[in-house]
Amino acid sequence: MKNKGFRVIFCSIVYIFLFLPISVIVVNSFNATTTKPYMSWKGFTLDWYVKLWDNSSLLEAFSNTMIIAIVSTVLATVIGTLGAIGMYRYKFKGKGLIDGLLYIPVVIPEIVLGISLLTIFANVNIPRGMLTLILAHVTFCIPFVIFNVRARLSGYDNSIEEASLDLGANRVRTFFEVTLPILAPGIFGGALLAFTLSIDDVIISYFVYGQTKTYPLKVMESVKSGVSPDVNALSTIILIATILFVVLTQGSLFKKKDRRI
Amino acid sequence: MGKIVEIEGVNKIYGSNKVVRDLNLTVDEGEFLTLLGSSGCGKTTTLRMIAGFEEPTTGTIKVEGEKVEDKEPFERNVNTVFQSYALFPHMTIFNNIAYGLRMKKVPKDEIKERVLKMMELVQLGGFEKRYPSQLSGGQRQRVAIARALINKPKVLLLDEPLGALDLKLRKQMQLELKRLQKKLNITFIYVTHDQEEALTMSDRIAVMHDGVIDQLATPSEIYEHPKTRFVATFIGETNIYDGCITRIKDGVATITLENGEVSVKCPEDFKLLEYATISVRPEKMKFSKEKVDGFGLVAQVKDYVYVGSVLKCIVILPNGNELRIERLAGQELPEIGSKCYPYWNVEDAVLIHNESHYIFEALNSIQLA
Ligand SMILES: Nc1ncnc2c1ncn2[C@@H]1O[C@H](COP(=O)(O)OP(=O)(O)O)[C@@H](O)[C@H]1O
Ligand SMILES: [Mg+2]
Repeated sequence: MKNKGFRVIFCSIVYIFLFLPISVIVVNSFNATTTKPYMSWKGFTLDWYVKLWDNSSLLEAFSNTMIIAIVSTVLATVIGTLGAIGMYRYKFKGKGLIDGLLYIPVVIPEIVLGISLLTIFANVNIPRGMLTLILAHVTFCIPFVIFNVRARLSGYDNSIEEASLDLGANRVRTFFEVTLPILAPGIFGGALLAFTLSIDDVIISYFVYGQTKTYPLKVMESVKSGVSPDVNALSTIILIATILFVVLTQGSLFKKKDRRI
Repeated sequence: MGKIVEIEGVNKIYGSNKVVRDLNLTVDEGEFLTLLGSSGCGKTTTLRMIAGFEEPTTGTIKVEGEKVEDKEPFERNVNTVFQSYALFPHMTIFNNIAYGLRMKKVPKDEIKERVLKMMELVQLGGFEKRYPSQLSGGQRQRVAIARALINKPKVLLLDEPLGALDLKLRKQMQLELKRLQKKLNITFIYVTHDQEEALTMSDRIAVMHDGVIDQLATPSEIYEHPKTRFVATFIGETNIYDGCITRIKDGVATITLENGEVSVKCPEDFKLLEYATISVRPEKMKFSKEKVDGFGLVAQVKDYVYVGSVLKCIVILPNGNELRIERLAGQELPEIGSKCYPYWNVEDAVLIHNESHYIFEALNSIQLA
């Protein structure tokens, strides 16, 4: 192969481009420097990880983010899955319109969605805080769950459910034995997407957070004076947790036997 | 033999589309009954009403003497083999077949024993741990059949189960299905659009046409004594003539056609001056170089086609209609282009009451006569 060298170089550049920023965060979380903007290397330390435990406002923001992400993922996944199944199974007037409307929360600028949510919450007098954050996150996560589940449904043969009924399972049993397991990869993918979107949402959250700061909002606030190394430390922990999660699910879920419909 | 399925006066209407019309059908215990008809004639709909996936618009369906219209599919002692197989993609073959027993809460040991036995019966031994996507079409078909049969249903409904298989496999599966049905003594209601399949497998055939059963009879009765023009043309090859009964004498009717007179044995329910259709199978048709008594047709030999042991002759009538005549190969034949006189033994032709939409052709023949 003549241009093998070129390929290796090209590939390296792409990967450096992708991973250099991430590695800067990881490296800086172990950087002993104490002077702003915390960039020059002053030796290895674990101080920032220790400090992190004392930075109660950052930890609180992080726990807020996790609570919001988990609750809104569960809600959006349940609503989105049922919605996708309902819209797949039943034919009704105006179905095309409702299908099309689903794309709107996805394509409109987040800032518009943020403003409109804020207007609604103000008008119906819901105090801004955890509740409004969760409602907002559920709102923008639902379409993504529906899209994911619907993609799975498009190759789905209705007679599989009929076969289950035919073999003596009632409708509830059929849902849990057949419908749900077959849709599981789509539901899981949708939930993962919703979780990710919720964790790092800034713009919409900014409009509705009230006193409940989320982790991204807290970080945004603190970067005005350079990213403080304890933020780097928490980001590194999140990064490692994410990598672990991906490795585990890749191993158990995606590598399973071919089970196409 | 007891009656296992009784369908009485069933209609199924979607909007303004009458898909099944005034259906009456009784199926005996242990019978192999085939619903035969072209695509869209309402076969699947009929089957789905028996299984419980569709509700009849009017009429009643009884299984084992009990009305089932209000019963859910999972409450009926009937199982279905779907055209698309509808196997559970997320379950192994073992679990697919065990599904019905598991829903009935049969003890685990018994499930295992019965599933393995069933897998032997349909020649799937050793495939327990595979998934449906890892099987060939024929094997999936067997899983679908085993999954339904293991519940020992009173009636098994099969919707074109061999439709997706290639010809050779289809022929083999036809025999296997028939063998299974005899061995397990389960009533089969079998849907197909393949008339050959219906003729080889069935105890009785119900020929469906536009949502109506045209004829319900044994394969040989259907083939030899079709009751309607549709049945005559749909099953096997045949020659059709429309005309008017102009004379009946000694049980033989003379029918006047556009192209001349012919003679047919006349059943008692046919009257003088009635419009009627004649169906004659190619193997019953003959032709001669001289005029035959009672037959006034004159034709021209158009072509000969060798099909193995028989020879298909195509002759053409003056009005352009083609007739198919089968002869054993090796006989002396008139040359292509020469004149010939088609005829048949009067008892070899079938007389069919004319349906209104063909009367125009019959009228035509009268004016010419
Ligand atoms: N759910 C339905 N809604 C409306 N029309 C239907 C429905 N199911 C079947 N049909 C119509 O009923 C007719 C008969 O269908 P079907 O029973 O599937 O025919 P077959 O199995 O003989 O090919 C077709 O014209 C089909 O379009
Ligand atoms: Mg059909």
